[in-house]
Amino acid sequence: MPYRLHLMVCAGTGCVSNHALELRDALSAELAKRGLGKEIEVVTTGCNGFCGVGPILLVQPDGIFYQKVQVKDVPLLVEEHLVKGRPVKSLMFTPPEAKEPVPKMRDIPFFGKQMLVALRNRGMIDPEKIEDYIARGGYQALAKALTTMTPKQIIEEIKASGLRGRGGGGFPTGIKWETCVHAHSDDGVRYLVCNADEGDPGAFMDRSIIEGDPHSVIEGMVIGAYAIGAHQGYIYVRHEYPLALRRFTIALDQAREYGLLGKDILGTGFDFDIEVHRGAGAFVCGESTALMASIEGRVGEPRAKYIHTVEVGLYNKPTVLNNVETFANVPVIIERGAKWFAAIGTEHSKGTKVFSLAGRVKNTGLVEVPMGLSLRELIFDIGGGIADDGEFKAVQTGGPSGGFIPEDLLDLPVDYEKLYEAGSMMGSGGVVVMDETSCMVDVARFFVDFLQSESCGKCTPCREGIKALHGILSRICDGKGSEADLAMLEELCSVIADTSLCALGGSAPNPVLTSIRYFRSEYEAHIQGKCPAGVCRALITFRINDKCTGCHLCFKACPTSAVLGEPKQMHTIIQEKCIKCGACYDVCKFDAVTKE
Amino acid sequence: MAIKQVSEEKVREIVRRWGGREGFLVEMLQDVQTEYRYIPEAAIRTLSKEVGVPVGQIYHLATFFKRFSLKPRGEYVISVCTGTACHVKGAPRVLDACARELGISVGETTKDGTFTLEEVRCLGCCGLAAVVTVNDDIHGHVTTSKVPRLLKRYKGTEKASHGEADD
Repeated sequence: MPYRLHLMVCAGTGCVSNHALELRDALSAELAKRGLGKEIEVVTTGCNGFCGVGPILLVQPDGIFYQKVQVKDVPLLVEEHLVKGRPVKSLMFTPPEAKEPVPKMRDIPFFGKQMLVALRNRGMIDPEKIEDYIARGGYQALAKALTTMTPKQIIEEIKASGLRGRGGGGFPTGIKWETCVHAHSDDGVRYLVCNADEGDPGAFMDRSIIEGDPHSVIEGMVIGAYAIGAHQGYIYVRHEYPLALRRFTIALDQAREYGLLGKDILGTGFDFDIEVHRGAGAFVCGESTALMASIEGRVGEPRAKYIHTVEVGLYNKPTVLNNVETFANVPVIIERGAKWFAAIGTEHSKGTKVFSLAGRVKNTGLVEVPMGLSLRELIFDIGGGIADDGEFKAVQTGGPSGGFIPEDLLDLPVDYEKLYEAGSMMGSGGVVVMDETSCMVDVARFFVDFLQSESCGKCTPCREGIKALHGILSRICDGKGSEADLAMLEELCSVIADTSLCALGGSAPNPVLTSIRYFRSEYEAHIQGKCPAGVCRALITFRINDKCTGCHLCFKACPTSAVLGEPKQMHTIIQEKCIKCGACYDVCKFDAVTKE
Repeated sequence: MAIKQVSEEKVREIVRRWGGREGFLVEMLQDVQTEYRYIPEAAIRTLSKEVGVPVGQIYHLATFFKRFSLKPRGEYVISVCTGTACHVKGAPRVLDACARELGISVGETTKDGTFTLEEVRCLGCCGLAAVVTVNDDIHGHVTTSKVPRLLKRYKGTEKASHGEADD
């Protein structure tokens, strides 16, 4: 007998860390206790994207969306909704601007404006069951490609779709595949590699796709391999993503068992298999030549790319390297046609893009939207605006290689060219929102610090240049900067951009240059001894004002005993002892601790 | 917790697991790191002999990637995510709070070998910022004031129960 209802428990990394698995077990136990185990099925799905309100529970087919569901809520939920048919309002989501909770998932603005292509199975399937993927139309595109299309037709279809690399570069995928096919290989060996070394801080779309729908990546890879004539594929996944690694490995085994991977795929005589390599914590390994060196068992240092990896790549063979999200798009293009795909998006950026919304925004999480949506819609409609009703200051796109975009450019449509013109880039799709509590100089220094420690050290401009940038930015943050420093920063940036060996160094100046371009006044304030956002420690002082109720929390929180005061009396801070850790500021419930 | 004696046979078993292929050197080192919580010199020599590559190449790998350490790491590795989203939500202060609480600097291990404190560049849980992981446990929405209680769960006790409430 088919199930009457399905309880879809989100089991992405975010929800799991919020105890989604305990929730699943509690639900199953409660259903069994009430004898409903045969009527209602509990399913664990991949990431729903709305990570800020986890654990998430979706009741299907009604589409009722529950958020922040705890184990203790289970008996009430089962009794009210599943037995009596009365959905539980207290567990529903109330959008920031709404007064009443919204019962259905599709009516929540966060989900309503999205368009799912790469994330088409989001929250609908159990990622550990190939049957679920097949039931949703999975592997049909593979069958179509292998049995009714020639490799050339597939490449033409991908070219016509306008699909561009989703890992950041934005290179047209079809052209990459075609170049690889035309590249000379003595023994005809070609390789296909999936880049899942998602390193941009603030970006987690690849992790989420692999965790939530690993077969979509495998299917895309097999189609790509058939198109370019590769028989061996590789996927390079960060070791920091244990759940993604586990689910991908399970998916590979299932695909082999079903004859969708390995020898004689679908009985067509085509052989292709995929090997998993774990990254060991080096951001630069997201760079194509560094990644391939790492797969060969050498350190991940990039080489100069006079000859591209599509011609001479892994083990010196022509190699196609695409990102996870790019591969996840491929089956949909084959199935629904290039025309359908090309109708979505802008003139030069087709299809959809997955973004991870993070930072000081109300709704954090993963969203997929058509290209060309404005940043304003992304942040204010889908993201729900700035957290704690703060004021928007800047949005950072493209990770450490991208730049800051200020408020007056918020209506910029999101596409590869437009972001580039603004001094930033699409990158892999990280969108980090900043408000008045973020200091632009500090964040610029943060990125430079990141790149300094991730630079592999092979070429001088990147190794030494970024270090010099860091020194100057630190000096400014410490209130010891001068006007001349700004000119020096700009000059250094242009040298680093022009002379670095790979894109890590080449794009490293972006955060510094855009922060100077759009937020010069903040740099000037630092030079004059003030950090407007109250972040840079050397330039701030903590004080306690008369809102203090003497609750004594800050007294207990202070690690250096710099807070003086008896309970129920107003407290004070001894500046000589204060290390500006901000512990008092964090614990105060009365806004009595101020930063100046 | 005592440091495990390096067994040549164990390292050979790891090499066999990966078919002795040079392309899987990083994977073998991952397994060595998991087994011993560091990359012992003896293991580097065994790997070199078994896989047939120079000691220098393995040493280069072991010092290039962040995951590998030539010194033993603590039983619990505290990784404070310092990705962009976490940075904006106060990760530097959380990191300082952990350092103060444990009495060590970033990259160091406590004398009793219980804790190692590290920074990690984005764990991809940006919706939960600021994030701290203790081995495989992920703790979200961490603030400076939550740090002492968080660490206490692992301190001195038997294996802390996994996945307790975070906030």
